[in-house]
This record gives sequence, C-alpha cells and structure tokens, in this order.
Amino acid sequence: MSSIHELLTQYDVLGAFAVNIELTVFAGLLATVLGIILVIMRISPISSLRAVAGGYVELFKNMPLTIIMVFMVLGVYAQLKLSFSDNFDVNFFWLAVTGLGLYTAAFVCEALRSGINTVPLGQAEAARALGLGFTQTARQIILPQAFRGSVAPLGNTLIALLKNSTVAAAASVATETSSLMSEMIEFHADAIVTIFLIFAIGYVILIIPIGMITTYLSNKLAVRR
Amino acid sequence: MASSQSILFDQPGPRGKRLINTLNLIALVLVALVVIAVLMRLHNPPDGENQLDWQLWKPALESEAWTDFYLPGLWMTLKATTVAVIGSVIFGLIFGIGRLLPNIIIRLVAGAIVEFCRAVPVLLMMIFFWRWFAFVGIESASYWAVVVGLVLYNGSVVAELVRSGVGNLPNGQHEASMALGLTRTQSLIYIEVPQAITAMLPAAVTQLVVVLKDTALGSIIMYTDLLQESRRLGSMYFNILQTLVVAAIVYFFACWLLSRLAEWLPSYLAKRTAAPIDTDAVAPIAAGDASNINQIAVAREVENRPFGGVPRQYHVHHRGSNASIQHWRRTRYEQGYDEWHPRDPHNRNVIRMLSQKPVRSQDDKQIDDTTMNPPVGDPKVD
Repeated sequence: MSSIHELLTQYDVLGAFAVNIELTVFAGLLATVLGIILVIMRISPISSLRAVAGGYVELFKNMPLTIIMVFMVLGVYAQLKLSFSDNFDVNFFWLAVTGLGLYTAAFVCEALRSGINTVPLGQAEAARALGLGFTQTARQIILPQAFRGSVAPLGNTLIALLKNSTVAAAASVATETSSLMSEMIEFHADAIVTIFLIFAIGYVILIIPIGMITTYLSNKLAVRR
Repeated sequence: MASSQSILFDQPGPRGKRLINTLNLIALVLVALVVIAVLMRLHNPPDGENQLDWQLWKPALESEAWTDFYLPGLWMTLKATTVAVIGSVIFGLIFGIGRLLPNIIIRLVAGAIVEFCRAVPVLLMMIFFWRWFAFVGIESASYWAVVVGLVLYNGSVVAELVRSGVGNLPNGQHEASMALGLTRTQSLIYIEVPQAITAMLPAAVTQLVVVLKDTALGSIIMYTDLLQESRRLGSMYFNILQTLVVAAIVYFFACWLLSRLAEWLPSYLAKRTAAPIDTDAVAPIAAGDASNINQIAVAREVENRPFGGVPRQYHVHHRGSNASIQHWRRTRYEQGYDEWHPRDPHNRNVIRMLSQKPVRSQDDKQIDDTTMNPPVGDPKVD
C-alpha cells in the first residue's frame, strides 16, 4: 500500500492523464471539423470532391497510426522543418495532435456517414419534392438527423481516440501515460504489476463513463421512427 | 453506392450538369494547387535539403533496401500478425463462450477480463509485457509482448463478436435445439456458436486490419517490424521521410487487400448461416460500447438478401439507435424474443407493440388482443 502512495507522490500520474485528455480534446476538435468537411464532400454531387474525400478516408483507415506519428516527427518536423513552436515539448505536443486529428478525421467521417445511412430515403425524397436543393436538404433535413443517429459510432471513435492518444509516445511526447509508465517501470521494476494496474484502471475509469454517456445520449437523441 | 449518392439530390439536368462540371474543374484546380504546394515544399524546405532529390530516394528504393530492411521487417510484421490472430481467435472463442455459459461465476469472470482488456490501450499492455518478459528473462521479449498485447485486446473484441453473433441468431435455432433435448451448454456449443462464427467472420476480418495496423506499435518497444526497419534504414542515409513513405505504401497495400477481403466475404457467407451478416461490421471497441450492430445495416435492411434466408429481426430501439449491446439479453426478454419467459404478460404487450407497424408511443398497448399478429413476426415489414 505504501508503495502505491510513494509511486503516486513521486510521479505525476494525474498530470500524465491530463496530457492524454488534452491530446484527446484538441485532436477530437480537429477531427470533428475535418470529419464534417469530409462527409459533406463525400455526399456532395461534385464527383471530384467525392473522390478526394473517399481517397482520404481510405488512406487513413488503412494506415497504422504509429507510422503517422513517427512521420509527423521524423518526416514533417525533422526533414521538412515544419514546426509549431520553438519549445520542443509544445512542438511535439501539437505535432501529435495534428497526427491524431488527421487520422481520427477519417473515422469521424465514417461515423457520420453511417449516421446519414440511418436517415430513411423518404426524408430526402420529401425534401426534394418540396423543392429544396442539395445544400438545403443536407443542412436542414439530413445532417440534423444524421448527427442524432451517429452518436453511438462517434462515441466509439472518441473512446478509440482516447486510447490512441497513448501512441503520442511515438511522436516524442514524453509526459503522457505510456511514456510515464515506461519510465516508472524502469526505476521500480519490482512494482511492475502495481504500476501497470494504476494506469490500466485509470483508463477503465475514463472510458466506462464515456461509454455510458454515449449509450444514454444515443438512446435519448435517437430519431424515433 | 449509387443509391446513397442519388438520395440527396435529383439527377442533374443540363444546367445542373454544367454547374457540376464547372465546380469539378475548380475543385480539380484546387487539389492540383495543394499537390503542387506540397511538392514545392518538399522540393525546397526552409533551411533543409531538397526532399525530391534522387540521392535521397535511391537508397530507399534500391534492391538492398528491400532485401535487407523492408522484407525482413514485413516478415516480422506478418509473423506477429499471424500468431496474434490465431491467439486472439482462441482467446475470443474461450471467453466469448464463457460469457454465455449458464454458470454465473464463469460468466462474471469472463466478462470482467474481456471488459478490462477492451478498455486498456494496447500500447500500455505491450510496454508492460515487454518490461515484464525482459525482467523474467524470456528471449525476444518484444516479440512476445507484441503478440500477447494484441491477443488480449483483439481476443476480447472477438469474444464480444461471438457474444453478439449468438445474440443476433433467430430464436428458432435455440428453440429447436431445446426441442431436440440438448442442454443450454450443448445448444450453445453445437448449434449457436458455429453459426455465430460464420456471422461474425466479416467483422473479424475487419479486425484483422486492426491487428496488422497495431503491430506497428511494436516499433515503440523495439520490435524490428517494418516500421522499425524503415526507421533504421532512414537513419543510415538521413532519408527517414523517404523510407517511411515506402513503408507506409507497403502497410497501406497490405491493409487494403485485407479490407477488400472483408468486403467480399459477407456475400459469400450469407448462405451459410441463419444469423444476419453485417456487411459493414464495426467491432465493439470498449466497455460500455454502444454500437455493436452497425447502423448501416439498419439502413440497408430493405435491400434484398441475395441468398434468401430468415429476415433479420430488429430490436425496437434498433431503429435510429443501436444502444442495445450490453443489454441484448434483457432486450430480447423485454421484446418477447426470450425463450425462457415466453408467457410473461409484459412480453405480450411488447409483441403487440411490435405487430403494430409504426411504433409511436405507449398508447399502442391499448390495442385489443384479437388484432394480434402471430407472435414474433417480422417487426420490420415495410
């Protein structure tokens, strides 16, 4: 028991989780914006936009996140000299956010598209019969219902994003949980199981409420048909 | 595909076609501009060298790079993937069946393990096992850490797939095996799980892509997979960007092939099971997960089933929301699909609700008994 207390006072475990949550929030915002743009492109009447969005989603769905993160640091930063800040930590943090956001946007787009597929054909047909154009149909009829239908897959994407934020270790973000766990195990090899359980239970505590809220919201917001 | 495009807008007329052509042209020009901007940046990054230089690309593409780095790395990646897939299927079957057995202790233990493994990030498990195996003195600790981490996570996903596959089977399967005098466990193992496995295969193949992608996490714990090898090669010639691009293309191609397999499989398997086969299966991700049965399937329910078979039976709140996964047993009970409580008065109410086509409100319960359709009819006769 005392060893747990020692470990928690010696290392900033809560701070590490806070870094992961920050990564999740910023990457989530980026992914939401990009994902909405992508899904509008994907359902639009303009075939070249559809092709671009489809290609983007296909590319990132079939690409390991780790390689994207490594690419952000070793390719984009070290070789292309693209950087967000002169401070190393801040720079790597935002590089990781960008990588996570670009990757997750593809999944947000897929989640929203599956939400659009839950809207019955009659809704779009009725909208067209009323004389609404594509933008009006999409903005006033389809997307509001699609958002309500895609709460569950979006919640899944958020959970996956929170778990994926540990991969920021590959982008040299040294303060997040997986890096801190690695460091703690290195210096306290005798308490290895305790250290793992501290972090594992931390994630369980974070993820279970997200799942419960998602379930509640998707039931509450579901369009009853 | 074609139908999902045409629902949102009418077939364009001549003027609309002209407008679309113009917009297409503008979009193409914009995309071309972005590509050119990226190439210019690659050609001339600020205080860096020309990234399009053949001097940098040559060592990333020549045959020694393939024989000494990429192919051994790819072999390690595929080795870990294969072993992890076999392991996770075994793990998933054991724990998936464990979660369905009549014995409550086995069910609870299996449930706790599966939910725990689904919630913990794979990377944390890999780091833990890596350090632990190295501590204990196992050879090639990073390889086994990658395999064990992937087995625990993907195995628990497979376990959930088995469970939901059994939950989605038509009740007749269970009833028939009861009538033949099998016990609950026998019915589960001989009748229900084999059909659930066929139904879950497309989702499991989708999960294969996840396994393949997640082996790349191994490079963080020094496993010499494709990503790690390409980094090594890149640090020799200072062309990591180029070697990473090559590795990314290889990863993309491998994952893309698996995705195509996952898309082709449902049509092949549909005739082999009574359970509905999800064409766009999304594997459940974590504890409290809300969408086990994909919503796309709901939208596609009216599409014809090429090989016939039993129509899919949908939960009431399946319409518009899939938030039923962790309660599917209870949902079956509440909606009258539960073979253990067929006489429950509450059940009959729900069957009545189902037989009324638009399920709008609780008032529907007032309908007289005589108007009842045969129980457990297809609630989605549209």
